[in-house]
Amino acid sequence: MVDLLAAKNIVKIFGTLRANDDVSLSVKQGEIHALLGENGAGKSTLVKMIYGALQPSSGHFEWLGKQIAIESPSAARALGVGMVFQHFSLFEALTAAENIALALPGKFDVNTLSERVRKLSADYGLPVDPAASIADLSVGQRQRVEIVRCLLQNPKLLILDEPTSVLTPQEADQLFITLRRLAAEGCAVLYISHRLEEVRQLCSAATVLRHGKVVAACDPRKETPASLARMMVGTDVEAVHATINHHLGPVRLALNALSTKADGFAVAMKNAMLEVRGGEVVAIAGVAGNGQSEFFDALSGETAANRADAVMMDGVPCGFENITRRRKRGAAFVPEERLGHAAVPAFALSNNTVLTRHAVDEGLAKRGVINLSMAMRIAGKVIAAYDVRKGKPDPEARSLSGGNLQKFTVGRELERRPGILVVNQPTWGVDAGAAATIRQALIDLARSGSAVVVISQDLDEIFEIADRIAVISRGQLSRAEPKNTWTLEKIGLAMAGAHEVAHAA
Amino acid sequence: MPLRLEKRAEPSNTMALFSPVIAIALTLLFGAMVFASRGIDPLHGLYVYFLEPLSDEWNLEKLIVKATPLVLMGAGLAVSYRANVWNIGVAGQLQMGALMAGLVPVYFTSWQDPVVMPVMLALGILGGMAWAAIPAFLRVRFNANEILTSLMLVYVADFIFDWLVRGALRDPQGHNFPKTVNFAGWQNLPSWGDIHLGAVLAVIAAAGLAFMLFRMLKGFELRTLGAAPRAGRFAGFSASQSIYFCFLLAGGLAGLAGACDVMGVGHQLQTPYATPVYGFVAIIVAFLGRLNPVGAIVAGLLLALTFLGGEAAQTTLHIPDKIAKVFQGVLLFFVLACDTLVLYRIKWEARK
Repeated sequence: MVDLLAAKNIVKIFGTLRANDDVSLSVKQGEIHALLGENGAGKSTLVKMIYGALQPSSGHFEWLGKQIAIESPSAARALGVGMVFQHFSLFEALTAAENIALALPGKFDVNTLSERVRKLSADYGLPVDPAASIADLSVGQRQRVEIVRCLLQNPKLLILDEPTSVLTPQEADQLFITLRRLAAEGCAVLYISHRLEEVRQLCSAATVLRHGKVVAACDPRKETPASLARMMVGTDVEAVHATINHHLGPVRLALNALSTKADGFAVAMKNAMLEVRGGEVVAIAGVAGNGQSEFFDALSGETAANRADAVMMDGVPCGFENITRRRKRGAAFVPEERLGHAAVPAFALSNNTVLTRHAVDEGLAKRGVINLSMAMRIAGKVIAAYDVRKGKPDPEARSLSGGNLQKFTVGRELERRPGILVVNQPTWGVDAGAAATIRQALIDLARSGSAVVVISQDLDEIFEIADRIAVISRGQLSRAEPKNTWTLEKIGLAMAGAHEVAHAA
Repeated sequence: MPLRLEKRAEPSNTMALFSPVIAIALTLLFGAMVFASRGIDPLHGLYVYFLEPLSDEWNLEKLIVKATPLVLMGAGLAVSYRANVWNIGVAGQLQMGALMAGLVPVYFTSWQDPVVMPVMLALGILGGMAWAAIPAFLRVRFNANEILTSLMLVYVADFIFDWLVRGALRDPQGHNFPKTVNFAGWQNLPSWGDIHLGAVLAVIAAAGLAFMLFRMLKGFELRTLGAAPRAGRFAGFSASQSIYFCFLLAGGLAGLAGACDVMGVGHQLQTPYATPVYGFVAIIVAFLGRLNPVGAIVAGLLLALTFLGGEAAQTTLHIPDKIAKVFQGVLLFFVLACDTLVLYRIKWEARK
């Protein structure tokens, strides 16, 4: 059979970085083809070139055996390439049908279009209400709108970038059914993921990228997750060790009916209850955009709580205290966004050390004067202890790779040995090796008597490190239950909102 | 648009350092073209404008006198702009400072002891701070754009000053001229030739602010909030506090500049009052000085030279002294353009 799409010796250079280095791959009609690789391996760069958003520095693409240049996304769409991005491009104030209409060429009639959307989406098992406004839809439903928008253009090749990172396990299963059906109808699917188990279930071919180069092409059904991981990382990934039997200490962090105000498009927390004891890791699972960052801000003190006793740290009410006061109580925080929240991009690592530690380290800001050599010393310790790789002695935060900066921002807090640690997405966008280091460090901190709260969308990570798990959906937090009482199915239902309480305001 | 700005992967540090030098060179080149277009030999024009004023001691004193308010305000603005607080109204804050300091000689004409001088300087600082507090409050309380409010208050300050100096504060023995009584004795600043105490205060202020900005936690706070507001909040710094801090700082220094100007140069209040224009030039000083308070000293002297050059051009070359404004505006344009091109490159895209 002729290859639908073939990439021939594609090279893409950004400055001095070879983001794609002699990449070749071919996708056949009706094939679900996985594109595997760690963050920064060059997957997104490659698919952006296939979608016409970037141009290769050298090399070319072939479509059904014929050499072509894909000059723009509209040229790609004309060819029959559809793409569902990780970050959706939908207008919140418009309805689903209106959003879809915007992407279609030519004139349209909303009523006919709505009917087509309803029919097609039901047909493929991805029901979409064309009249619903996007702002009211969950992240999973928004993704459906994006997929249906692609399907309406009868694509021959559908590209999905990390589609399941925003889905519950049940929603993901539904998506897989749809994708298999599309493949059976002859549509090729290029599936980007780093979730090895789902790639093994779904895909019949895989291309593995590492540092911009193709390191393997295989049939994932014949591989094990471990062998796939080895291809991606290049070495064996060390397993995280978590002993279960351990001595639990007193309650160090407690939330009593914590609520926050709804502000703009932010998700308000409603009556969150939680107790975290010294010695344990409590994970907060949930689909992206269900109030995780608002929850984090309320714990860190970046937004004030509704009552002083809504947040208790080591028995002291501190709901009205700011983040500096909470840090002085021994708490530490690592937000999700590395650049611009956890670190100032243009500042050197030594200055970024001052950022969270100016009030807690004796002598770092004596009489208001910053002790730069002490900041360098602390930064040096963090860099050494957490293996932060860098090009020069005291680099700017923005010059580090995502994984290395994450090791720094987590390490900066861990080095303090905080009594309470709250981390949002500890290993988001971090390579497997660094992720294992970070997870082990979180467990070790808990075992030394600290209370650790991990907010994560990654269920594998949660089951790996948590002692107890709570689920957040639309700002409501479920009870935190021991890990062994949760099944994937139960957690999926909870992520979809099974525990939500109907409120009469 | 076929023209696009693309962020450079690694901006060159050398170019960032030389950017003001290139901007000055381009300004000179532009100036030469302006002179040529008026039928003046460009090299002679540039000599008269930029070098002749530096050739005698008396002019050097004038240069320092003109640079004094520019440095005081430019240093304060450098700190503000680093924190992303856009105070455009130091001109009005200067005028309020001058007005407040001038109240003492008008109402306590006979107060003559060493205390009166610092009291007047303090009143000047308070006047500038009070005027600057208004846009700060509007920004923090109502999220009103401080660029607009601070700028508009310049004109309000000017009218208040004009109204008072023509009215309540006017010298009854002044033959109806719109001016106050002359300041006497201790109501003036000590001076050496034309240079008055304000020049010393300006250097101290610039050095102190540089230390605060780059060595102290307060400066770290301001730079953090300016570079990444979310990270600033995460560090426990308050954005509203820093808005007040920056406005009160730059406003206080502008008020001090106004007090020094009337106590060291004018020795009375009179309207129309010419010095507030320096408040707008101080914005150029802040940028040309790399938003570094010490850099503001060098930049302040250079911009002061453009004022002197304008006067020289008027007498020697017989062209209007508005030429000074042209040089100042073009200089700001080139400084900002060079800074932009250090961070971005221009890309032409073929139209499809």
